[in-house]
Amino acid sequence: MRLFILTALLFVFQSIAFGQDMAALVNKVKAKLDKVNDYVAEGNMKTDVAFIKAPVGRVKVYFKKPNHFKLKRDGGISILPKGGVTVNMSTLVSGNDFVAVAAGEAIVNNIKTKVIKLLPTSDNSDVVLSTIYVDEAKLLIIKASTTTKENGSFEIEMSYGKYVDFALPDKVNFSFNTKDYKMPKGVALEFEDEEKYTETEKIKRKKGRVQITYSNYTINQGIADTIFK
Amino acid sequence: MYKLLQIELYKIFRRPRTYISFAAITALIGIIQLGLLRDGEAYVGFMMSNVAQTFSFDGKILNGYLVCYVLLQLLLVHVPLLIALIAADMISGEANMGTLRLMLTKPISRTSFLLAKFAASAIYTFLLLVWIAILALFVSMFLFGTDDMVIQKTNYIVQLPVGDVFWRYVGAFGFALLAMLTVASLGFFLSNFAENSIGPIVATMSVIIFFTILSTMSIPLFQKIQPFLFTTHMVNWKEFFDPQVNSENAVIPGTIQHTSRIINSAFVLVLHIIGFFVATLYFFNKKDVLS
Repeated sequence: MRLFILTALLFVFQSIAFGQDMAALVNKVKAKLDKVNDYVAEGNMKTDVAFIKAPVGRVKVYFKKPNHFKLKRDGGISILPKGGVTVNMSTLVSGNDFVAVAAGEAIVNNIKTKVIKLLPTSDNSDVVLSTIYVDEAKLLIIKASTTTKENGSFEIEMSYGKYVDFALPDKVNFSFNTKDYKMPKGVALEFEDEEKYTETEKIKRKKGRVQITYSNYTINQGIADTIFK
Repeated sequence: MYKLLQIELYKIFRRPRTYISFAAITALIGIIQLGLLRDGEAYVGFMMSNVAQTFSFDGKILNGYLVCYVLLQLLLVHVPLLIALIAADMISGEANMGTLRLMLTKPISRTSFLLAKFAASAIYTFLLLVWIAILALFVSMFLFGTDDMVIQKTNYIVQLPVGDVFWRYVGAFGFALLAMLTVASLGFFLSNFAENSIGPIVATMSVIIFFTILSTMSIPLFQKIQPFLFTTHMVNWKEFFDPQVNSENAVIPGTIQHTSRIINSAFVLVLHIIGFFVATLYFFNKKDVLS
């Protein structure tokens, strides 16, 4: 009986200690992200959704603390998955209204990462659960999976380069689920035979990806609020 | 021959009936443009409701290029009826007025006579399309501006960069000319067999409506005959707006996904034009002209 109580206590203390460790790690990551008050980034955006044929386009991304984010295509129309692309790492770990829970370790893109689950404490939060994969040595978020109430689930993968000191990625990959797309032939006025899809293709058609490759950032130079309206 | 063509053009453009088509098109395009100017955003919202739950669109979706596409989608099904008004009247109209026999007493061959008449109806068709292009494309570009073109197809959405659209319209209007000339040649052919204009005009319209319905319905029995109906090929101007994509699913500007479909359909339409004209020539040369 004593042994059981001791084991249980040990488990509880260890969990608390791990939880505190994770909170500390998240705070360190947050502190690194906090070095950036605002930025304007330029890059290329590729949309890879089975039922969307879109060109690669130049984009301009604006960010301002605490959670203003705007992505604009340089001359043209941008088709973006709802929710996902506008989420960035700062907004994901901003505030203290979540509980960080350790969830082991994982290798992401050959980088050893700590897996942390962020559980929102507020009932009003759109985010149900976020899992972040943190490179502990460099204090960088390598990957994040988020499940939301309104906009489904999505995954964000980041690779860093020139702007690693500011925790700003060179490349961001957004993966998300899509709904099936179909338009009646009579409405589209198309008389050609419809393409038939295999089961694998049908599954593939339900996955979408948006990749943004940033070429340069202008950091902490100030941005007018009107940009985000 | 040139003189004959001039006479035929004079006859076409002297009749008030000719201008009904231009007026109808002006009114139709004008009213649609006005509607889209006022409530265009609601129309775009309805159009994109299919994907609005998953995606957000940022930019000027309702621009001149999209408006022109919407207009062509609506108009190119109905313009054949306006073309039939003139083309199906070319021979039967003369017969009705009793001038056909008189004209053929002149020292001109029946072939030259028909060639001049057909060329005149082709010029009328061309001018009607130019008028549509001016109103639907250029006026829309002026009223709504330009931006990337986002259109919906049966299985996917296409986004064309703004700089990659205009040449597609040039191609689409060129293709539409072939489609409309097919209608003109059908009307011209039927015009050969009547002594008044109503019959061939109504017959041409009926054939087009009947074939269009067969082309539109996704019933297996009809699908077997659809490739043989010229109305199925008439709508392939849309292929100009379907670009190729690379291995990463990104649009390759300046390309067309199914060039073979355009070539095949253009070939079928040209074959119909030649076929109808040769048939008209054959029957007209054998005809005993009594009116």
